[in-house]
Amino acid sequence: MGLNSLRQAAGLCLAGLLCLFSANTVAADAPRPLKLTTTADHSKFKELQREFQSGPDVTKACLSCHTEAAGQIHRTKHWKWEFLNPVSGQTLGKKSVLNNFCISVASNYSACTSCHVGYGWKDASFDFSVEENVDCLVCHDTTGIYKKPPGLAGNPVVKDTELPPGSGKIVKGIDITKVAQKVGKSSRDTCGSCHFFGGGGDGVKHGDLDSSMAAPDKELDVHMDATGLDFTCATCHKTSSHDVAGSRYTPTAMDKEGAHVRGKEDKSNPATCVSCHDNTPHKKDERLNQHATKLACQTCHIPEFARGGVATKMSWDWSKAGERDAEGKQITRKDAKGRIIYESRKGAFELGENVRPEYFWFNGDVNYTLVTDKIDKPDGVTRINWLGGSPTDGKSMIWPVKVFRGSQPYDPENKTLVKPHTAGNDDTGYWKNLVWDKAIETGMKDAGLPFSGKVDFVKTEMFWPITHMVAPKEKALACSECHSKNGRLAGIQGVYIPGRDANPLVDRLGWGIALLSLIGSLGHGLMRFAARRKH
Amino acid sequence: MGERVYIFKGFERFWHWAQAGLIMFMMLTGFEIHGSYANFGFERAVNYHTIAAWTLVGLWVFAIFWHLTTGEWRHYIPTTEKVLVMARYYSSGIFRHEPHPFKPSQLNKHNPLQRLTYLGVLLFISPLIWITGWLYLFHADWLAWGLSSLRLEWVATGHTIGAFLMLAFFVSHIYLVTTGHTATAHIKAMITGWEES
Repeated sequence: MGLNSLRQAAGLCLAGLLCLFSANTVAADAPRPLKLTTTADHSKFKELQREFQSGPDVTKACLSCHTEAAGQIHRTKHWKWEFLNPVSGQTLGKKSVLNNFCISVASNYSACTSCHVGYGWKDASFDFSVEENVDCLVCHDTTGIYKKPPGLAGNPVVKDTELPPGSGKIVKGIDITKVAQKVGKSSRDTCGSCHFFGGGGDGVKHGDLDSSMAAPDKELDVHMDATGLDFTCATCHKTSSHDVAGSRYTPTAMDKEGAHVRGKEDKSNPATCVSCHDNTPHKKDERLNQHATKLACQTCHIPEFARGGVATKMSWDWSKAGERDAEGKQITRKDAKGRIIYESRKGAFELGENVRPEYFWFNGDVNYTLVTDKIDKPDGVTRINWLGGSPTDGKSMIWPVKVFRGSQPYDPENKTLVKPHTAGNDDTGYWKNLVWDKAIETGMKDAGLPFSGKVDFVKTEMFWPITHMVAPKEKALACSECHSKNGRLAGIQGVYIPGRDANPLVDRLGWGIALLSLIGSLGHGLMRFAARRKH
Repeated sequence: MGERVYIFKGFERFWHWAQAGLIMFMMLTGFEIHGSYANFGFERAVNYHTIAAWTLVGLWVFAIFWHLTTGEWRHYIPTTEKVLVMARYYSSGIFRHEPHPFKPSQLNKHNPLQRLTYLGVLLFISPLIWITGWLYLFHADWLAWGLSSLRLEWVATGHTIGAFLMLAFFVSHIYLVTTGHTATAHIKAMITGWEES
């Protein structure tokens, strides 16, 4: 025992000496602690050591070093809100298309462009060539305080301001100087500041993108898991020269290119699952790789969307808008969970959480009904966008989709959808006045389009392929979700799914033969039994 | 007690009962995969069906070896002799308690109708099930095997036809077990190896 304690004492002394020694070494030679994953700490740049007065003021400072950045932004959809679909020839982009959410940008610029990567787009006359109108901060803010409220054409509030004017509500100004000095890489928060709130609120539009994705756990998204892999949006949407990969106008429905490898030129979309996971990602079961030749990864690996506790809108009925209470004021109704399901200015909504997608063959072609297109069947459903695809074109996979259904105003005389003036503190904005014909007249005039003055409502659908909120592999769809009668793929044509499909004639004949054998056997046995009794 | 003949050897009885168990299990899991009912759940049904299939393949390797090396395969050579006699017995004689027209022996253990039926199972139902079953198992490799124009629907339908025929055979087989010299003579023979006559 004495020997043991002696040994312990000696050990402690030695350990103590080592500690001292190593502490000294660190103090003398160690590099400074790693603070950033970049070589630049912008707060130390002399160009940023001053008070900034506005967004463009900051941008000028940015451009004094990042000389090509504005030019790069000017070429992107983020800036132009315009996209020429090379396949269909349609001119798309937020500037042109309409949807069945808040419908359209035209005449509502000041509100909508709060999500433009620029400053000052308040009407159709916006000058897209001005470099300092590029908003660097909305993507590169790291403080979380940078905000662009609707109504200011994409400008942040830098001084305390009454908003909307005359409302008596004061919006506090942000410290834009601090934001400028702390810029960094884009993050889930910066992309999410617009993309989580598409359609006018948290989770409204996409269903697979909402504020729960700012810091998701593994259950919600295996890749973005904030305490795990911690992907940002740009990890997949790999950006080059400010051009963010990935598109809802020309998505990659089937990626045959395999995983991207350093040193190999890869021109294919880097935001697909395959661009990392390759075309045969299942190591244990070749049968699953076979499935992956027909099914988008998302189909099995995103069993439900809107899983993070934020509801997504599933339908929007504009025809119900316009109700007023006894005092003539606009009303709001909420469901049992306190979520808005009716607003006088917008109409009636249906919300969904943990929503099972619908499934379609999708080949990457997305077509739009534009405001200039005639509506063939006003009594039927007009598809504002629709997905091309078929089981036999060799380019399609089965994809999970959020189908957003609605009812929205159209012009029954000209047989077109319309672009109403919704947002705006003026005489014709629908949200203030609840009068359709005036609102539509203003909106269509702004867009340079004819309007007959008549208003009716038409049912519409939009198709949003689901690709985010990838669940852990244990939560991927079980076989029986599709391999069963009335399973998830009940409506999918062109594939034979065991458990769902059977040749009805073979089944009828087969059971018939088995039954005949049984009846024959029983009959024969019965006769033998009867003969024995008689005997 | 009549005379006793030893007609089913140890391996043969093991083969029969193992195969019977496997085929019943594969019908149970197979028709679940087909969507006829839910029992194990699709995924487990597929896994069990696959395991049973490979087990049966293993059993058959031994069975084929045994049949070839012992010459037992000769019991499946078809004959037209006494076919009509057997048919007449099953359709009328059996009700009048006429004696069974066939006496099994070590050299001739199956009656002529059995010979024909088993040969039919062997030459038609089994190959249909085996070939479609293997194609089904290796669906993922069709492209590599140059079978790009083969459709799963055809293979699955063929496999299903085989399964229904096997089911019909199974039902009849269970009943015909009782049609020996006594109602239990056949089953006793397959359990003990000895058939009384």
